[in-house]
Order: sequence, then structure tokens, then C-alpha cells
Amino acid sequence: MAVLSLENISQEFGGLRALDAFNLDVEESAIFGIIGPNGAGKTTLFNIITGIYTPTEGNIVFQGRNINQAATHKIACLGIARTFQNIRLFNKLSALDNVRIGCHGISKSGFFSSLFGLPSMLHEEKQIKEESKQLLTLVGLYDKREEYAENLAYGEQRRLEIARALALKPTLLLLDEPAAGMNSGEKAELMILIRQIRQDMKLTILIVEHDMNLVMNICERIAVLDYGRKIAEGSPSEVKSDERVIQSYLGAGA
Amino acid sequence: METLDAIISQYIDPYYLRIMVLIGINIILALGINLITGVTGQLTMGHAGFMSIGAYTSAILSMQYGFSYLAALLAGALMAALFGVIIGIPTLRLEGDYLAMVTIGAAEIIRVFFLNFEPGGKAVGMAGIPQHTTFITVWLVALIIILLNVRLLNSRYGRAFYAIKENEIAAAASGIDTTRIKILAFMVGAFLGGLGGGLYAHYMYYINPQDFGFMKSIELLNMVVLGGMGSIPGTILGAFILTLAPEMLRIVSEYRLLFYGALLVILMIFRPNGLLGNVRLYDLRKRWWKKEVETWQS
Ligand SMILES: Nc1ncnc2c1ncn2[C@@H]1O[C@H](COP(=O)(O)OP(=O)(O)OP(=O)(O)O)[C@@H](O)[C@H]1O
Ligand SMILES: [Mg+2]
Repeated sequence: MAVLSLENISQEFGGLRALDAFNLDVEESAIFGIIGPNGAGKTTLFNIITGIYTPTEGNIVFQGRNINQAATHKIACLGIARTFQNIRLFNKLSALDNVRIGCHGISKSGFFSSLFGLPSMLHEEKQIKEESKQLLTLVGLYDKREEYAENLAYGEQRRLEIARALALKPTLLLLDEPAAGMNSGEKAELMILIRQIRQDMKLTILIVEHDMNLVMNICERIAVLDYGRKIAEGSPSEVKSDERVIQSYLGAGA
Repeated sequence: METLDAIISQYIDPYYLRIMVLIGINIILALGINLITGVTGQLTMGHAGFMSIGAYTSAILSMQYGFSYLAALLAGALMAALFGVIIGIPTLRLEGDYLAMVTIGAAEIIRVFFLNFEPGGKAVGMAGIPQHTTFITVWLVALIIILLNVRLLNSRYGRAFYAIKENEIAAAASGIDTTRIKILAFMVGAFLGGLGGGLYAHYMYYINPQDFGFMKSIELLNMVVLGGMGSIPGTILGAFILTLAPEMLRIVSEYRLLFYGALLVILMIFRPNGLLGNVRLYDLRKRWWKKEVETWQS
């Protein structure tokens, strides 16, 4: 069964049609890639799924539930977590607190129990701290847990965003160009990390990425966007040999 | 407590005692602004409005309805919190600096309301408010408020406040209901404004609407800006300095405001983040951690 279905999604900005009657079904526990040239509408797609934009037309169905009108924080709490192409960390907070904030949506302590430090809240806080430390270990940032997010290196910031997203215990993880700005060593580690996450946490991953090596290596299925339209979808080898994809995106050299 | 106050007033000059009381009240008021503006990043410029609601509510309740001091203070603070929510719900959805404009306007409306408010003595104000507020009560309340502030900022709500200031979209994507959390910060801040107002009314004996004008709001906001946005120690220091400064500058009488302004400008040039802008309790904890690691490694 599809975890996420996009039905006939269109998004207009003024006169610009950033997405045009876009359809997509993402199967459970897949690593699904979305590729396409700059300005094709990939990030817009993520913004629609996470409720930052409400689509002009169409339906978003997540686990059988229509989330068209749901607010961003509600969608997060339902189990869709994401990272951002232009990194959005809480800069003046520690790496650990960035991840702890990621737990907000799934933690429950009320205002007064937080204010007066009731035992239930203290217990939850301890749990949050433990889990956050584990996530930092997973992405290799445990030793930097007390650093300000803004003081981390670029690749570290990207991994911190992944840890923060995972803190929500999502069923669907959206990664927007996670390898951008990474060197080849970091990219290789990232691939291992993404596979490991999928396996350990049993989640579905939707990934937008320009690095073809990475996409072709870890994605089981790929959709190709061009000017807001889907021009191809299939396995990496199918997509790689598709005439239109080669013409509009991969170029003759690919 | 009364005996304690009696002992203290034997040893400390009433003039200094008075300044100490005002510092305590200003700390409470400024901590409210710190929560809204310093921590959550929502610029509020009408805190004196909340202060006046707390002052009038508590004064009327204790003078005309026989409320006890504590009950009157609490009722005043809750009334201010209620107004905080009423003003916050429509405005905190908006982005940018609308909030600053709205808070200025709201505080002005509240002031004009009290200018015409019969039970509050209209423009003449209210006199004969029982002087329950003493050095001990103020500092006891201030201490409790400081501790609760520390607690709050170390909880998931505090982290949500900081997250909204740092990056609102990322906060929402982390499951934070940003509108609700902003309203919460506004409500707690207004509560502290009302509490400070109640303490003030029960110290001053006499209040009138002019005590709570725009300049008062700015004076309070300055304490947070000067001390360091988002920093509890900074806010406390800011309240100290800006309560003391006008008193110290009495020597230069007419030029007082000039010096006061110049002082602020100079400080902002040399410490644009405020005196203790990088000394949130948060950062102290971090520094301590670092030192621990270093000594452990050496
Ligand atoms: N909020 C907005 N208002 C107006 N236009 C927008 C907005 N967001 C995106 N667009 C436009 O929509 C189109 C698609 O943008 P989008 O960011 O989704 O591209 P992308 O596929 O992510 O590109 P890239 O690979 O460069 O990240 C672009 O032409 C962009 O300018
Ligand atoms: Mg993009």
C-alpha cells in the first residue's frame, strides 16, 4: 500500500505553474528519488507535502488520510519529517537542543508540569535527552552535542538536520538535497546512513538530490520532474535510459 | 515577614530601600518582556498596558472588594494574562512587526480606557491603595519568578520559544504549533506585566494612567535590550542598571534624559547584543560543560 499518494497536484505562484497535475505513489519502506533540473518544482513538492503551501489543486493522501488542509505542525505530528535544502537549524542553540526540539511533536508534558518540574515531566525530559543523544551518535555528532548549530561544518549541519527530523519518529522522511555541499567521503557515509535509517527505523524515505551517483545507488524508484510535470518514473536503470530524461536532464554524457 | 521588613528598614536608608523595591518590580516586568521579545522573538512595545491592568485590577479588588493582598495580586496578573491572550490571538498569526504596532496601539487604548474609568478615578487616578508591597515581598516574588523562568526555559516549552525565534518554519516542521506557543509566551509575559503592576500599585499608594504610558513600555523594553535579549541574568542586570541610572543621574538634573539616552546609545554601539547577550543560563551551562571536557582530557 502506498504510504503517500499525491493526486493531481498543481501549484501556482502568480502566473507560474510550479507543479502541473502531478501524480505520485510512494510505497511503504521505499527509498524513492525525485530528480529534475533547477526550478523543476522539487522543493515546492516537499513544501506542499509538509503543509507549508496549500496546493492550488489536487489531494495529498498520507496513510489513507487527506492532509491537504492540515497545518505544518499537524503534519509533522502525523509522522512526516523533513530536512531543508537551504539549511534551517536553530543556530544559537546546541546540536543536542536542536534534536531535542525535534522531539516536541511527540512529547506530551503540559505547561504547568513543565513550570513546576513534576516527576512525569522530568521523566519525559530524561527520555528525550537519551533519545536525542542516540540520534546524535547515529549521525556521528555526539562529540559535538554542545556546539552551537551555527558553528558546525556544512556537512555536519546537514546531518544534524537529519537527526532532528528523525527525533519526530516519522513514518515518512523527506530529504531535500542532503548531499549538497558534501565531499565524496561524506557522500559515501551519507548513503550508508540513509540505508541504515531505513532499515533500523522502518520508514519510507523520499529524497530530492542532484548527485546522480547517490540517487542511482540508493533509490529503488525514481520520478523525474521537469517544469512541474512528471516526465518519467521507474527503476534507476529505466530512468537512466529514458529518452526524455536524457534530453532534458541527464544530458548526452549520462 | 513584617518583622524582617522592620529590621531591614532600621538598617537601610528609606531612599535606597525604595530603589531596591523598584528594581525588584522592574525585574519581574522585564522578565515578562524577555520571554516575549528576547526568547520568542516577538517584539512587544506595550508592556505598560499589561502593567496598568494588573495595577488597577488589584488596587480596586483590595480597596473596594476586600481582597487579600495575595489574591488581589493574582487576580490582577490573571486579568492581564487574559488581555494578553485577547490581543495575541488575532495578532500573533501575523508576521513581521505588526505585533509591535498592535501592542503600542493596545497599550494606548488601555491607557485611554483608564483615563475614563470611573472606579479608577479617571485622570485623577486612585489614591489610598494599601501599602502591602515591601522589600521582602517584592524580592520573594521576584525570586520565585526568576526560578520559574529558569524552569520554563529549560523545558520543552522554553525550547519551543527559542525555536520560534531561531527559525519559525523549522519549528513548525518539528511539530511545534507556533501560533499557540507564541500566544502562550505572550500570555505568560502579560501575566508578569500584571503581577508587576499589582506590586507597583500596592507600593506606590497612588496610581494614575500617566504612570503607564508609552515611555514606560520603552523603559522596560530597554532593560531587556540593554541586558541581552533572551538572557535571564542579562534582563536582571538591565533592570538594575536602568532603575539605578536615572537616580544616579540626578546630579546632572536637567541633562538627565540626555545622559540616559547617550548611555544607551554608547552601550548599544559597543555591545549590540546587550551586556550579557551571550550569557544566557543556557550558555553558562555550555561553557561549564566545555571546561569539564577540557580538564578531563588534559
Ligand atoms: N514561494 C514562491 N513564490 C513564487 N515562486 C516560487 C515560490 N517557491 C518556488 N517558486 C518557483 O517555483 C519554481 C520551482 O521551484 P523549486 O524551488 O520547487 O525548484 P527545485 O526543483 O527545488 O529547484 P532546485 O533544484 O534549484 O532546488 C521555481 O521557478 C521557483 O522560482
Ligand atoms: Mg529545491
